[in-house]
Amino acid sequence: MTALVDHFKAGLDAPICLTWELTYACNLACVHCLSSSGRRDPRELTTDECKAVIDELERMQVFYVNIGGGEPTVRSDFWELVDYATSHHVGVKFSTNGVRITPEIAARLAKSDYVDVQISLDGATPEVNDAVRGPGSYATAIRAMENLAEAGFRGFKLSVVATRHNIPQLDEFKAIADRYGAQLRITRLRPSGRGADTWDELHPLPEQQRQLYEWLLAHGDNVLTGDSFFHLSAYGKALPGLNMCGAGRVVCLIDPIGDVYACPFAIHEAFLAGNVRDEGGFAKVWRESPLFRELRRPQAAGACASCGHYDACQGGCMAAKFFTGLPLDGPDPECVRGAGQAALATVPEGSAPKPSQDHSRTARPRRRGGPVPVTIGMRRPAAPAAIPAKPCDENPLSGMPLPEPAHAATPAHAPAKPCDENPLAGLPAPRPAEEAAVAGVASGVERP
Amino acid sequence: MNGFDLDRAWDLHPQVSVRPEPFGALLYHFGTRRLSFLKDRVLLDVVRALGSHPTARAACAAAGVTGDAAIARYAKALAVLARTDMIVERRRGPADSEDS
Repeated sequence: MTALVDHFKAGLDAPICLTWELTYACNLACVHCLSSSGRRDPRELTTDECKAVIDELERMQVFYVNIGGGEPTVRSDFWELVDYATSHHVGVKFSTNGVRITPEIAARLAKSDYVDVQISLDGATPEVNDAVRGPGSYATAIRAMENLAEAGFRGFKLSVVATRHNIPQLDEFKAIADRYGAQLRITRLRPSGRGADTWDELHPLPEQQRQLYEWLLAHGDNVLTGDSFFHLSAYGKALPGLNMCGAGRVVCLIDPIGDVYACPFAIHEAFLAGNVRDEGGFAKVWRESPLFRELRRPQAAGACASCGHYDACQGGCMAAKFFTGLPLDGPDPECVRGAGQAALATVPEGSAPKPSQDHSRTARPRRRGGPVPVTIGMRRPAAPAAIPAKPCDENPLSGMPLPEPAHAATPAHAPAKPCDENPLAGLPAPRPAEEAAVAGVASGVERP
Repeated sequence: MNGFDLDRAWDLHPQVSVRPEPFGALLYHFGTRRLSFLKDRVLLDVVRALGSHPTARAACAAAGVTGDAAIARYAKALAVLARTDMIVERRRGPADSEDS
């Protein structure tokens, strides 16, 4: 009998869930933003177009969408779209930096069984968090969590992207989540979007990977990971989850202008499968795009074929390889057996692919031209936000009351988009005994 | 592990959505936000028959599951579903919520 994981690798008729970035607009400008968000794209899907996509997801029985951005709540029709989705049997989990989570909104969210909230925080202290996400962003996230807890919303997610600077704070993150009745979610930093510029400074050091692995093993199912750390399984013991890449197989990304990519970390032409505005809509893209069909075919182990750990790590993350200039059938740049470092040494400087989209509000430094200006304890210079003087409204903040005057003067700090979005997260890998049972049931523990 | 009462009336939890797949089905519970998998189509038939039959045993029979060994296997799967609230006991008569 075919193992469940093989069914998933071969792709499903519809995604289990998908990530939908509703807007590239953001009040922040996180230095590792996977979607290089900042300015709204004038081609953004309209309210009606979004509703048509939701109708399609309902027909396909996609259980829920992970809504992100940008900061999705800055869209003026955000709550309308959330209500529309949930009344059409499409559950919503949205990721936010907390800017709009007022006591009133929190009370409303607490009442719905069909909406989940994920608050992004990348440091357990303001110093560590704000260096990456921007001044004031720690306070904003904490206030949002206070409001949610006060409203009685139990089990919302506190979402952390693991970096070199916050891995020493894992226990503190857990304590913060516990304090607000939230569930901790830790996901992997990828060299995607602006994350490519800051990767060298932020990605965990080799010994920290080991530390993270041990910590995750010790906490098991109590901490969600979006199944994003399967490259760490090559240390020996598999982390909870199916340990496979779901890109184009069981998950995908719809970006704000309707482009469909294999995964949220792969915003590049090479992973572009189509657009929801095309004839046949999202369903046709999902089912028939040559790219997704290719991803559902058995993948070659390539350079990793001779490694005894390939079955555990599956060669790691496609996006992490791609944006560091490594071949897709080679090792992950953070391969725990050290193969990534050796492979990276052969990548010619500047040859790594650049993201296809950049909605950053300020010019950003190119990487590999020396250290990037991301230093813990030191803020980036407060550059004035470059707002294009165009008739189209590209400023996400227009018409939006700012929480604090101070924010308007600071450069942004975008949500480090809660990453993962792999619904397989936390799924217990089916054991042989279960596979043998005709009527086995595999339960997922991820609470998307 | 077991402890599943085949002789009671059961039904899908009203917040559970079922999506048939070639290998069986995916179940998603909007309340607990859990995802589960049914690993074969017969189990899907059993689960779908629960609401319109007076007992789980009758639902198994309707889905063509016969013989003690087979019934025990499906009871084990149903027990897992009950433990995670995917299916719940039905207090009233049969067929009062068969479309949930």
